[in-house]
Amino acid sequence: MANKDENNSQFNSAEKDITEKEHSIHMFRQMLKIRKFEENVNQLYTSAKMPGLSHLSIGQEAVAVGVCEALRNDDYITSTHRGHGHCLAKGAATNLMFAELLGKASGYCRGKGGSMHIADQDSGNLGANAIVGGSAGIATGAALSAKMRGTDQVSVCFFGDGALGQGIIYEVMNMASLWSLPVIYVCENNLYTEYTHYTETTAGDITARAKAFHIHAEEIEGQDVRQVLSTSGKLVQRARSGQGPSFLLCNTYRYFGHHVGDINRAYYRTKDEENDWKTNRDPLIIFSNWMTSSGLLNDSDLDQVESEVQTEIEDAVQFALDAPYPKPEEVKKHVYA
Amino acid sequence: MPESSERIITFSQAVNEALAEEMRREKTVFIIGEDVAEAGTPFKVLSGLVEEFGTERVLDSPISESGFTGIGVGAAMTGMRPVVDIMFGDFMTITMDQIVNQAAKIHYMSGGKLKVPMVVRTNLGASRRSGAQHSQSLHVWLSHIPGLKVVLPSTPYDAKGLLKTAIRDDNPVVIFEDKMMFQDKGNVPEDDYAIPFGVADIKKEGTDITLIGTSSMVQIALEAADLLAEKDISAEVIDPRTVMPLDKKTLIESAIKTSRVIVIDEGYDSYGVTAEIASVIAEGAFYHLEAPVKRIGAMDVPIPFSPVLEDLTVPNAGMVVEMAKTLCAAA
Repeated sequence: MANKDENNSQFNSAEKDITEKEHSIHMFRQMLKIRKFEENVNQLYTSAKMPGLSHLSIGQEAVAVGVCEALRNDDYITSTHRGHGHCLAKGAATNLMFAELLGKASGYCRGKGGSMHIADQDSGNLGANAIVGGSAGIATGAALSAKMRGTDQVSVCFFGDGALGQGIIYEVMNMASLWSLPVIYVCENNLYTEYTHYTETTAGDITARAKAFHIHAEEIEGQDVRQVLSTSGKLVQRARSGQGPSFLLCNTYRYFGHHVGDINRAYYRTKDEENDWKTNRDPLIIFSNWMTSSGLLNDSDLDQVESEVQTEIEDAVQFALDAPYPKPEEVKKHVYA
Repeated sequence: MPESSERIITFSQAVNEALAEEMRREKTVFIIGEDVAEAGTPFKVLSGLVEEFGTERVLDSPISESGFTGIGVGAAMTGMRPVVDIMFGDFMTITMDQIVNQAAKIHYMSGGKLKVPMVVRTNLGASRRSGAQHSQSLHVWLSHIPGLKVVLPSTPYDAKGLLKTAIRDDNPVVIFEDKMMFQDKGNVPEDDYAIPFGVADIKKEGTDITLIGTSSMVQIALEAADLLAEKDISAEVIDPRTVMPLDKKTLIESAIKTSRVIVIDEGYDSYGVTAEIASVIAEGAFYHLEAPVKRIGAMDVPIPFSPVLEDLTVPNAGMVVEMAKTLCAAA
């Protein structure tokens, strides 16, 4: 992560070669890490080792990684209930994430946040949020703060298509545009507002909602990490150079249900639809195919990444399983600063 | 109160001074809200601040209480100290997700990593003939939420000192000022001072009954105490000043001393601040009480518009006197 910025700038430049290879491996690793992380989350849930529920973003990895790869470590993100991917892509460590999901003292939030509330200020993550649309104000406030403090930090607000129904999104977009704030609203349209197709809940044109505030808006294929990165890079540059907010609509799909317990989904979507996305629009397949066909990587390179990620995840799960629970006296700590 | 610098100013000026002095002291302090800049709010409490600090630090927002409160939360989490202005306490309802689900919980949910040093300034109190949506006293809603601090200044001196403490606090603090008190005058020294939270102010010592009042009800309690004195009943008057945190010790000690207590607060009678304080006293001073702890709050109705009706809903000194006489006669 340390030389991410450098990689980014070279990746986007005409001179590619080794740096592009390294950066591509890094992005592939990040996406694979999210996928394997969440596969293990599901495993922990089904084997009753994880308390509560969890919302998986498998299928949406390219959005999280493409956007976060365009950011610096000191840039901000806010995330959602479906936020593991954002947190990992922004730089969170898998072991501390797993520990948090299991409610352990060594977790990111000392076990007090859980799956939907992971925050990591060291990587600019102002927190996942379990209120749909609830972090829009926070992300916009972080952008106002960056502007007031005279830094060139950028703030990204991730939210799903479901949040398009929340009024606060429009309140803060209005202010972001009025005050030309360095914030990017990234809407992950995974087609389903919980258990309802977004077309049943969302009137009109999504990007037109942002454009009505004179916010620069783009719509992209969210399954192609290269496209997400290049568009995000442009929007980040705009924000950093004082050209104000933007809105990025990423069309994507979640392979799993609304949460890990949402197994029988036939009443709201078909197996054929799920299989079509998994087969033809999978972000990992799209990106690995591009890497191999463009000669950047071969299958054994990919196998090596896979094996390294697998080891990291296994170690991280074990770390979390072995980690101690918080002590009872922890319950009253941190109510007040 | 230091006697060296006797200076009489209004409650409104005291608030204005606290903001100006804190903004001069600390660059990260800024104000955001509706009509806070050139208009200085409808109550003119912020007049002159935009002239000194500019529109970069006194931000006129759209009418989007939820949105700009959320922006305050995000700014507070990232190095700023916003003072969010909610024009009427009734509009706190619109901010509740941002305050209750976000600001109040972020420090805890993040395991102590993130902080929200934000102040929300708003108001309470009926009697302005403003109708049911501009007259409520909803401070107990916030007092119910762990992670928030709730401040109820009752004098110009307290308004300034408590607001300074609020701005310097690393937690979200909600201050309710009674909008009928903005023109009240009082001694406010020029020196820099701050009043710690959780320290009640004994406004008047007495031996027969304790009157605990909050915000403008402190004045009602003091009026009642004067009237009771004429009837040879010695009332002690206490202002908790902050209800979260609450100075339980001072309240209980007074109850033990006088053995009778009336709690007066302009929130609704039922499930209010008065209920919490009465419970604290019942637990802490039970064996010393000569009478049940009584409560006086706003009548449990939406605040009516018509003056003859509205006045019936708000506690007054006469009610306190009658109740106090009954309690003291019961001994």
